[in-house]
Parts: sequence; structure tokens; C-alpha cells
Amino acid sequence: MTHESNDMNKKIRVVHYLNQFFAQLGGEEKADVGPGFKDAPVGPERALQQALGNNGEVVATIYCGDNYFAEHQEQVLEELCRRIAEYKPELVVAGPAFESGRYGIACGAVCQAAQQRLGIAAVAGMDEDNVGAGLYRKTTYIVNSGATIARMVAAVQRMAALGLKLARREAMGKPADEGYLPRGIKRNEFAAKPPAERAVDMLLAKLRGEKFTSEIAAPKFAAAKPAAPLGDLKSAVIALVTDGGLVPEGNPEGMEPGRPTRFTTIPVGGMDSLDPDKFDAVHSGYDTALANRDPNRLVPLDTLRVLERQGIIGKLHDFVHSTGGAHAAVENATLIGRQIAERLKAAGVNGVILTST
Amino acid sequence: MIPVAREVGSLRAIPSGGIVSPTGNPDLPREKEKQFRRELILRALQTLQQKV
Repeated sequence: MTHESNDMNKKIRVVHYLNQFFAQLGGEEKADVGPGFKDAPVGPERALQQALGNNGEVVATIYCGDNYFAEHQEQVLEELCRRIAEYKPELVVAGPAFESGRYGIACGAVCQAAQQRLGIAAVAGMDEDNVGAGLYRKTTYIVNSGATIARMVAAVQRMAALGLKLARREAMGKPADEGYLPRGIKRNEFAAKPPAERAVDMLLAKLRGEKFTSEIAAPKFAAAKPAAPLGDLKSAVIALVTDGGLVPEGNPEGMEPGRPTRFTTIPVGGMDSLDPDKFDAVHSGYDTALANRDPNRLVPLDTLRVLERQGIIGKLHDFVHSTGGAHAAVENATLIGRQIAERLKAAGVNGVILTST
Repeated sequence: MIPVAREVGSLRAIPSGGIVSPTGNPDLPREKEKQFRRELILRALQTLQQKV
């Protein structure tokens, strides 16, 4: 038997994390099972062992029920890390979780903990739309396993290949080449052609109906279900919201003129109109002069108050929610919108007029 | 900006008085501007009652 002293040929010790189902303990009814360990490979670990070949050895399988993990995350991670350390692996592999959200979150969390707490290379697998991917893709290498279990073997093969590279501290290529989800990291590199040429090439291809690959991925907007139509206006509570950056005079809360991370709540109960001496518009994306001279051009308080008096609407909500929406990151805008919506819903508001600049 | 609104999923969107004065029209005299604003808001309220 020849002993290879070359690091490249050393067998990588691997610990594999699975949920209760893939560890063959049972389905949903076993989702409450606490963390445990198996020394003999079952199911997916056999696929993993096959994918690793002679390059690695699955020395242990660790598992936890999806519900138990979700409800005791920190305690489970501590225990798993303790045990993982005992096996002295060079790689932790978690999943693939496919579409399973709780399992995906657990896989991401286990990999992140292995990396950050134990300094062990880790790779997870799950569908790109798995909620775990959103949470952990920036800190953890996640292989896109797709949604269906039918892709198990292909997913595990990519996870093994990526995992070996990580364990051997080899240079990692681009997401598309290596098969992991983009982590939001931008690296400068030299291209063969200058950007103007590449852009024109792409445009020509598009015009010819040919395939082309955009260098920037357009953000995907999750389709929200539209609210049911408003019934009778006479009993409706209507709220005003704006992304035009309405603030009280002097901007006491220091609202951001752009790239917002929060919103402000302006009390307007009993107000007939927005007084230009009492309100400002703070927004880096449009000329606020007209709105400053008459803020009702931005948030039509005067009109809504008249309509309320005339009984055309039931009530004008006492608060205007406002943010300055210039260059808003999609994530922040979504969060701000959600937070405002929660407040309005709790206050019994039926309809919103959002004025946008 | 209506196409942008539709793309991000805001289906109930009506044209405003413009980017710098969504519910205003500074070219109009004051009272006519208020009338413009009222008509715009009534259209907005009607849109809230539409199925999308």
C-alpha cells in the first residue's frame, strides 16, 4: 500500500447533516426529534460517499428533526458543533434540502456554524428559492439542488465536488461555473472586450432573437396577491402613504433623502391641509421645490379631509407614513412596505393611496 | 412610472400629476389645482374598488 503524503490525495473527513426524513427516522411525525448521530451511512450519505469516491470519507451522519431545530436552534447548533468537532472533519455537508424550508434553514445554519465556530469548510444544498438560501447564501456556499428529490444524485455530486474544493482550500470559481448560488460578492476581472463592445454585442444578439447572457441579473420581484376590491367607500378608512419623503419641518428624525432603511409616521389627525411652514419634502431623487411650496401636491391631505367631511369616505387615517424612496434597495423597500402595511392593518385601515415621485 | 409600478407588482396604479407634484398641477391657478387634485383622488378611490 502506498502512502500518499501529497495533500491533494489525502482523504477528506466529512460529516453529513440530514433532517429526520433523510436520516430515515420518519416523516413529519418525527420532526420533533432532537439532534442525534449515526456512524453508518444511510441513504443520502451513501450517495455522498459515492460522489466523494476515494477523495473523502463520510465519517458520521448527524441529524435533527426540522421542528426541533427551528424551536431550539442555538442549543442544537451548540450540541452539533461539539460533536462535529469530535469527529475532526475537514468538511461538513448539509442536505440537500430541496424545497423544504425548515430543513433548508437548518442546513444553512449548520454550515455557517461549522465555518464560523469551528473553522471547518462547509457546503449546503437546496433549491434557490428555499428560504434558507435567502438567509444563508451570503455566508455559506449553497449548491442549487433544484426543487425535486429526483435530482438527488446530481445535487450530491455537485455538493461533493464543491465541498472537496473548499476543504482543500482551492480557489473557488464563479457561481455559474461551480454550481453554487451567487453570494453577492463582486470581483473585478479583466474582460477580453471593453464594456461598450460587450453591450452592443448583447443588444445585437437580442435584436436578432439570439441567446445572450446579461452581466447583471435583473431582480426578481415576488408577486404579491392584490388586495380584494374595496367595498363601500362611505365606511372605508383610507390612509395616505408616500415615498416622496414628506417630513415635518426641519426633518427632526433625520429621515434619509435616499437609500432608505426606515419610514416615519406623521400625525395628521384634525389637520385640514399640509401647511408648507410645517412640512418639508426630503428626497434626493426629484426637485422638491413644488412639494415644499404646497405639500398637498405630494400628499393630498386637503382633498382627503374634504372627502371625509363630505361623507364620501368613512375616515381619513390619522397618520401619514412616509419614506424617501430614492435608490431604495429592493430588500429595504420591501421591508419598509411590509412594516407600514402591518401598522395600517392593525389600525383597521381599508385602503391606501400611495403617492409616488 | 406606471410600467415600473406594474413590474414590481403594484397593479392599482394611475398616472399622477407628475414626478415633482404627484397630486398637484402648478400650472393651474390654485382653485383649479385643487379641483384637479380632487378628480385625481376620486379616480384613485374608484381604482381601489376595482378587481385586479
